Amino acid sequence: MSHAITFDDYSVGYDRLPAVQGLQARIAQGSLTAIVGPNGAGKSTLLKGVVGTLAPMTGRICLGTLNRKDITYLPQLSAVDRSFPISVGELVAMGFWRKVGAFGRIDSNRRQLLTEALAAVGMDGFEKRSIGTLSGGQLQRALFARVLLQDSALLLLDEPFNAIDAGTTTDLIGVVKRWQSEGRTVMAVLHDTDVVREHFPQTLLLARELIAHGPTAQVLTAENQFRARQMCEACGGPPHTCSRRIA
Amino acid sequence: MIWDLFFNPFVDFGFMRRALLGCVVVSVGATPLGVFLMLRRMSLTGDAMAHAILPGAAAGYLISGLSLGAMTLGGLAAGMTVALLSGYVTRRTALSEDASLAAFYLISLALGVVLISTRGSNVDLMHVLFGSVLALDDAALMLLCVFATLSIFSLALLFRPLVLECADPQFLRSVSRLSAITHFVFLTLVVMNLVGGFHALGTLMAVGIMILPAAAARFWVYGIGSMLTVAATIAVFSSYSGLLLSYHYSFPSGPTIILAAGAAYLFSIVFGRQGGLVHQTHVARSEQLKAMKPL
Repeated sequence: MSHAITFDDYSVGYDRLPAVQGLQARIAQGSLTAIVGPNGAGKSTLLKGVVGTLAPMTGRICLGTLNRKDITYLPQLSAVDRSFPISVGELVAMGFWRKVGAFGRIDSNRRQLLTEALAAVGMDGFEKRSIGTLSGGQLQRALFARVLLQDSALLLLDEPFNAIDAGTTTDLIGVVKRWQSEGRTVMAVLHDTDVVREHFPQTLLLARELIAHGPTAQVLTAENQFRARQMCEACGGPPHTCSRRIA
Repeated sequence: MIWDLFFNPFVDFGFMRRALLGCVVVSVGATPLGVFLMLRRMSLTGDAMAHAILPGAAAGYLISGLSLGAMTLGGLAAGMTVALLSGYVTRRTALSEDASLAAFYLISLALGVVLISTRGSNVDLMHVLFGSVLALDDAALMLLCVFATLSIFSLALLFRPLVLECADPQFLRSVSRLSAITHFVFLTLVVMNLVGGFHALGTLMAVGIMILPAAAARFWVYGIGSMLTVAATIAVFSSYSGLLLSYHYSFPSGPTIILAAGAAYLFSIVFGRQGGLVHQTHVARSEQLKAMKPL
């Protein structure tokens, strides 16, 4: 099986303090992997490293045949300015950027794709609504529709189901599974281990260092989870909170 | 009677026609930038940039008197310097953007006033601060037209990335390298329009025609396209009515135009359909009524 991402003795973090250290792992192409770990375990940092926002401190990260352009990253706190006067359709259409750029036309074909994407996340009929009127869950659905249109081979989702109602979570998990069935590689940072056990075949348990990686049932054992918690407590607090400059 | 009141000043006097043309051009060029400044919560940045232009214009004035070219170049240089320096300080130090911008524009403003007072008179200072829309010559008019045209075309080219940069900057940065360029061109256009506006309305008033119509338009329409149109219309109308008022009552023209735009803004706060005060009370009351009906 080919690998979408290979981490080789990979360390990444902020201000010379690694949040993830010496990671050795391979993410299979087309796999659906949950990244799990205690607070401050370096989960979000790892995703930022894969996107390329943070450069590796030591070691290597190899994206195989993938290009940075094939990655779509959905951050934990989206920076969408909800008071900005655009419609849901326009927000979702941003997903066409790589294809249409600053001047390309959004033709009837793409309009059709847009309508389908909105329908896929359960937001049909919302195209003309302003983004200011959306609830948190609806905004997340819209952002998922945008990810759909970006049509990337590697999807990185940072706590995508945080602060979202149960119905939305179920719908969006369906979307994530559909992505995997289409052959895309998905990595998602998650907190809810019940969701992980039920829906994510692979898990990477992280506590600054790799605790375990493999089929979810073998990774999420009580022993492993206990070890992860201990590791993080031993280091004392998340590293990036103590090293961040006072702004 | 109506003819005398509303049209005769422009029919009879060439300087009034020039003033009207100058103001209309400034209105059309500057208000779209004002709309984006407002939507990006950068209205005060516009104000700060307007002050920052002063020493450049003053330096141009010191070197070659009331020369259009020298003062324009000086203003552009000073505006861009402050924009770039404050951007640099924000990125390289712990100081936040508003603080570093405020620091630089205050230094710039003080420097400008000192420069002007070493050589010029108070009349010159008043000219730079409040403009001389009734004394626009051919060259000045041409300059205003060129600036407005450049600005409208650049905005048209940049429209999509600029909207993305405002609505979801993180996303634009993740898919494109245009983010930094967009921001830079946008600031350049703001400086350019303020320099253009200062020939007509003065450094302090130029930012008024940029921001006030935009703020007023927010109370009438929702979409960005319609907001741009409504803002430009309000600005043009304010220019016209401000010039008329200043003609009939001998008010200083620049500030009167800004006051007209200010009146439009105040009117919009109260009566605007998008969250204006009257509208809000009306909505609240009809919702109360709706809630009571089922009983």
